[in-house]
Amino acid sequence: MRFQAIQLAYLVATALFIFSLHWMNDPKSARRGVFAGVAAMSVAILGTLLSPGIVNWHWIAIAAVLGVAVGVPLSWVPLTAVPQRTALSHAFGGLAAGLVGAAEYYLWVGNEPHMLTPFRVFAIVAEIILGFLTFTGSLMAAGKLQEVKWIPQRPVTYPFQNQSNFLLLAVAVACGIGVIVKPIEWSFLFPVVIMLALAFGILLIIPIGGADMPTVIALLNSYAGLSAVAMGFVLDNKLLITAGALDGSSGLILAIIMCKAMNRSFTNVLFGAFGQVQAQAAVGEQKLVKQETPEGAAQIMEQANLVVIVPGYGMAVAQAQHRVRELYDQLSKRGVDVRFAIHPVAGRMPGHMNVLLAETEIPYDKLVEMDDINPDMPQADVVLVIGANDVVNPAARHEKTSPIFGMPIIDADKAKMCFAIKRSMNPGFAGIDNELYTADHTYMLFGDAKSVVGELVKNLSGGSGMH
Amino acid sequence: MDTAPTTEFVSLLFVFMLATFIGLGIITRVSRLLHTPLMSLTNAISAIAVVGSILVAGRDHPPLITLLGAIALFASMTNIISGFLITDRMLKMFKKEPTK
Repeated sequence: MRFQAIQLAYLVATALFIFSLHWMNDPKSARRGVFAGVAAMSVAILGTLLSPGIVNWHWIAIAAVLGVAVGVPLSWVPLTAVPQRTALSHAFGGLAAGLVGAAEYYLWVGNEPHMLTPFRVFAIVAEIILGFLTFTGSLMAAGKLQEVKWIPQRPVTYPFQNQSNFLLLAVAVACGIGVIVKPIEWSFLFPVVIMLALAFGILLIIPIGGADMPTVIALLNSYAGLSAVAMGFVLDNKLLITAGALDGSSGLILAIIMCKAMNRSFTNVLFGAFGQVQAQAAVGEQKLVKQETPEGAAQIMEQANLVVIVPGYGMAVAQAQHRVRELYDQLSKRGVDVRFAIHPVAGRMPGHMNVLLAETEIPYDKLVEMDDINPDMPQADVVLVIGANDVVNPAARHEKTSPIFGMPIIDADKAKMCFAIKRSMNPGFAGIDNELYTADHTYMLFGDAKSVVGELVKNLSGGSGMH
Repeated sequence: MDTAPTTEFVSLLFVFMLATFIGLGIITRVSRLLHTPLMSLTNAISAIAVVGSILVAGRDHPPLITLLGAIALFASMTNIISGFLITDRMLKMFKKEPTK
């Protein structure tokens, strides 16, 4: 009877999880999705607590209270820090899966060796490899995103890097197969697999640069889900399998979208050490760059019918989003149609720009995807590029030698006029010259994104703007 | 008893395959605006590992095993709480233009 009740709870939880993700298809119903998710999780936890043999209530209570105590402040991070928070929670997810896998294995080795069927041990090995590599890999990614001092931001490469990484993974898998073949006799291989998985996670992230973080975070999301699936196979638990599979497919789809938006493959992202190749490409002939003052730019923008703003990671770094909102207000007040062109890989995680701009209460129907805004770009009177670089570089269209060749871009160069806010003419993260900056109709606004946009707003709200 | 684990394993594979297809179908329809909240929501959902953690931490096992389970439970609980809270916090911000 109790068994059926628990299974029923898990069934309800599965359905609610599916609805939860389904309601994310529209911002209007999305919050209902969160409530469905909370309900599903509550039902699942209550059902599990009913399981026979649960006695360590104090342990459960202590761990849960500590989890709440850490979890609540983690949800208060500023939105610019959401990428590293996400990476950190992938690390926690991987750790949980890895530890549960290890615990089950040692439990069965000690007490119930007949439970160690090849299938189960296979699932345990998959769980600990995925879990522990997600743990260290995500910690590294979070560290890079948080710009922790002792973790290099730039991709770190060394000779035979991919070969040695593959070798390490191959050894881990070989040891894992050893554990599957002789789970009792060769149990000494088990900690070896764990150590190798931990090391592999670190080595996998070391060669990855900031521009590839959206893809990598999505991929780690997928791994965290798959490790939950493996846990479900170990514990004969269908709820773990379904919920983990939903998460795994979500991460996979996001990673595919990111890859397509950069015209690159998974292998290229993971093993290509982006940013390294481009160091050489940076040396090109110097073309003349024209500069404009915020006064001049503001005057031109207030005469425009359509202004398209292209935000990038630079906007997040400078925390300029609230000034951008003021600019949006000032221009809208004058009847200018202001829209935002969002490239899928702008920022450090999928959808990063949307969240930052939504925080400032810019209506979300003004946030337009790349494919939808590009046909309108020739009609735009002014394009304002704020801290974006590669996603507006026309070299992606025709320069076959460029590392970003083939990447879909926002057609900022097709607008009648373009202003680009930039700190200096130093090449950006990828280190590639941007043809847009030297185009005839492009004018640079040099300075910190926050202060330049602030200047624009001041010029619009002051004297000349008042009719 | 000999064949039972195999059948059980295959039925689990069925569940996995079907859930993956459902997941792929649903996620491709998620609004692109919401990809960041989607990621934090799936973070919270994948903390369903809490179920396994409770089973390991809660049962009468040697102390070391219980400790591993308790750490896993702590990690999952952190993800559940922070994942759902931050998702809701972000989703609250997505507003349409106020009707004039």
